[in-house]
Amino acid sequence: MSVQPGWRQLPGRLRGGIVLLGALAVVALCGPLLTRDPAAVLDPAAAALLPPGASRVLVTLADGSTILADAARQDRGEWRVTRLGAERTIPAGRVAQVARHRFWLGSDSVGRDVLARLCAGGRVSLGVGALALIVALLIGVAAGLVSGWRGGVVDAVLMRVVDAALAVPTLFLLLFLAAILRPSLAALILVLGLSSWMGVARLTRGQVLSLKERDFILAARAIGAGPGRIAAFHVLPNALTPIVQDAALRLGDLILVEASLSFLGLGVQPPTASWGSMVAEGQEMLASAWWLTALPSVLVALAVIGAGLVADGIQDLSRRKAAAT
Amino acid sequence: MLRFAGRRLAAAVVLVWLVATVTFVLVALAPGDAASRLTDPRISAQTRERWRREFGLDRPLPARYAAWLGAAATGDLGTSWLHHRAVTTVLGDALPNTALLAGLGLMVEIAGGVAIALVQLRRARGRLDSALSFAALASYALPTFAVALALIGVFSYRLGLLPPSHMHSLAGEQAHGPARMFDLLLHLVLPAATIGLTGLGAVARYLRGVLLDERGRLYVLAARARGCSEQRALLVHVLPNALLPLITMIGMSLPFLASGSLVVEVVFSWPGMGQLMFGAALARDVPLLMGATILMTVAVVAGNLVADLAYAVVDPRVRL
Repeated sequence: MSVQPGWRQLPGRLRGGIVLLGALAVVALCGPLLTRDPAAVLDPAAAALLPPGASRVLVTLADGSTILADAARQDRGEWRVTRLGAERTIPAGRVAQVARHRFWLGSDSVGRDVLARLCAGGRVSLGVGALALIVALLIGVAAGLVSGWRGGVVDAVLMRVVDAALAVPTLFLLLFLAAILRPSLAALILVLGLSSWMGVARLTRGQVLSLKERDFILAARAIGAGPGRIAAFHVLPNALTPIVQDAALRLGDLILVEASLSFLGLGVQPPTASWGSMVAEGQEMLASAWWLTALPSVLVALAVIGAGLVADGIQDLSRRKAAAT
Repeated sequence: MLRFAGRRLAAAVVLVWLVATVTFVLVALAPGDAASRLTDPRISAQTRERWRREFGLDRPLPARYAAWLGAAATGDLGTSWLHHRAVTTVLGDALPNTALLAGLGLMVEIAGGVAIALVQLRRARGRLDSALSFAALASYALPTFAVALALIGVFSYRLGLLPPSHMHSLAGEQAHGPARMFDLLLHLVLPAATIGLTGLGAVARYLRGVLLDERGRLYVLAARARGCSEQRALLVHVLPNALLPLITMIGMSLPFLASGSLVVEVVFSWPGMGQLMFGAALARDVPLLMGATILMTVAVVAGNLVADLAYAVVDPRVRL
C-alpha cells in the first residue's frame, strides 16, 4: 500500500531545490510587478554605475515624462529639483508625483536598474533553458524509444550518432552551429536542445531495453497493443523517474551553457538581457562595479544548484522507495 | 590486450569520421554558401562566382565531400579565411598551448577533488562534510566565466599579484630560459586555477560516494583487523580502488574540460584552440571552424582512448 507522500515527507534536498528554482522563477516572472518600469528610471547621465542601495528621486510630470533627480523639495507652490548639480524649479501643478527610487542592486553603465534587468534576464535565461530542455527531451526520448524498441541497424546507427555527438565538446558544437546559423532566440533554443538530446536518448534506450522483456510488456503485446501504445502507456511511465532526474541535472547544464554562450556574445543578442550577457556587459567595469558581474553570476549558480538539488532529491526519493519495498 | 586496443582504435576512427561528416553536412545545409555568407554586398557577382569556383562550390555535393574528406585524411583542412594560413598550421600552433593549460587545470582539478573527498571522509556526515559538499556543488554550479572574473578581480586588480591575460608579458616574451619559464608559470596560475576550481566539485562529489562505498567493504575491515590504522586503510587500501573508476570518469569528462577551457582561454586571452574557435565563430571562418571542431573531437576521443586503455592495463577484467 503506497500513500502519496505530502510536501513535508519529501526529501529535504528535493524541497530545497524546488523552493530555490520556484523562487527564481517567481522573481523573474513577477519582475514587472515588483520593480518600477525600467524606462521611467532610465537616465544614463544621472544614474550610471550606482552601487547597490543608492537612490534617486523620480519626479513624474503631469504630461507623463519623468525626471530622475538627485533631490527634490517643495518650496511655496513650486518644486526645486536638483539634477547633476543644477537646480530648476517646476510649478507644483505640473508635477504629478514625486517618489524615491532605490536602485536596490545598483545600476549599469548606461543607468539601467540592475534589479529590473536581472528579472528580465532571468525570464530569458530560465525560459531558454526550460524550452531547450523540452526540445532535448522530445528528440532524446523519441530517439531512445525507437532505438531501444527496434534494435538492429536502426539502433546501431542511432547510437553511433549519439556517440559522435557526445564526443564533440558542447561549446565547440554550439559555437559551430551559432556561426553557421542566423542568431535568434528560437535558433538558440533549438541549437541548445540539439546539443543536449544525446544523453536523454542513451538513458531512454537503456530503460527500454531493461523493460522490453518484462512480463507486463509481453502481456500488453499479447493483447494486441501496438508499439506506440506500449511506448506511451507501458514503457514511459516506468522509465520516468530516471528520465526526470536526468532532466533536472540537464536543466542546470543548459542554463550554464546558455550563460557561457551569451557571455561569449553568441547566444542571446542585445538589447535582450540574459544573465550571461549581463556578465559580459559588466566585464569592462570589473574593477569598479563588481555588482554588474557578481550578481548575474550568482543567480546562474543558484539556478544550477536548485536543479542539482532537485536531481539529488529525486534520487533520495527513489532510494527511499527502494528501501521501503 | 592488443585486440582490445585495436577494437577501441577502430571505433575511435569511425567516431571521428562521423563527426567530420556531420560538420561537413551541417555546413553544406546551412543557409547561404560560403561565398555569399562571408562578405558584404558591395562585392560583385563575378567575384562571387570566381570565389565559388576557388572554394569548389560549383561542384556537386558528393564530389565536394569526397575531395574534402580525402584532403582531411591526409592532414589538409583547407585555408583559414581569417588567418590566411593553412588551418592545420593555425591549429598546430594553438594545440600545445591548450594542452598545457587544460593538462595543468586537470591536475589541479584531480588533486583538489581528491583532497576534498579525503577531508570529507575523515568525518562523514559531520558539519565539515556538509560544508564541503555544498562547496563542491557550488564549484559545479558556478559558471566558468564567473570564477575567472572573480579570480582576475581579486588577484589581478585588487592585489596586483598575478597577470590577468595572455601567455607572456612583453618582457617575458623576449626573455630566455628560466626567466621565460617563470613568466609563463605566472600567467598560467589564474587560468589553470579557474579550470581546476570549476572541475574539482564534480571529482570530489564522485569520489566521496565511491570512497564511502568502498570503505564499508570487508577487505577494509580485514586490514583494520590486522592492526592497520584508519588513515592507512583509507590511503593505501581504499583510495587506489576508488581511483580506478575515476580514470573512466575523467575520460568521460574531457568534453567538459574542452568546453571549460574554451571560456577560460577567451577570458584570459590565452592563445589556444578555444580562442581560435571563438575568433572563427565571430568571423564565420568556416574552414577553421570545421578544423577546430574536428581536431578538438580527435583530442577528446584520443583522451578517452587513453583512459580506456589505461583502465584495461590496471584492471584486466575490462579487456573481455
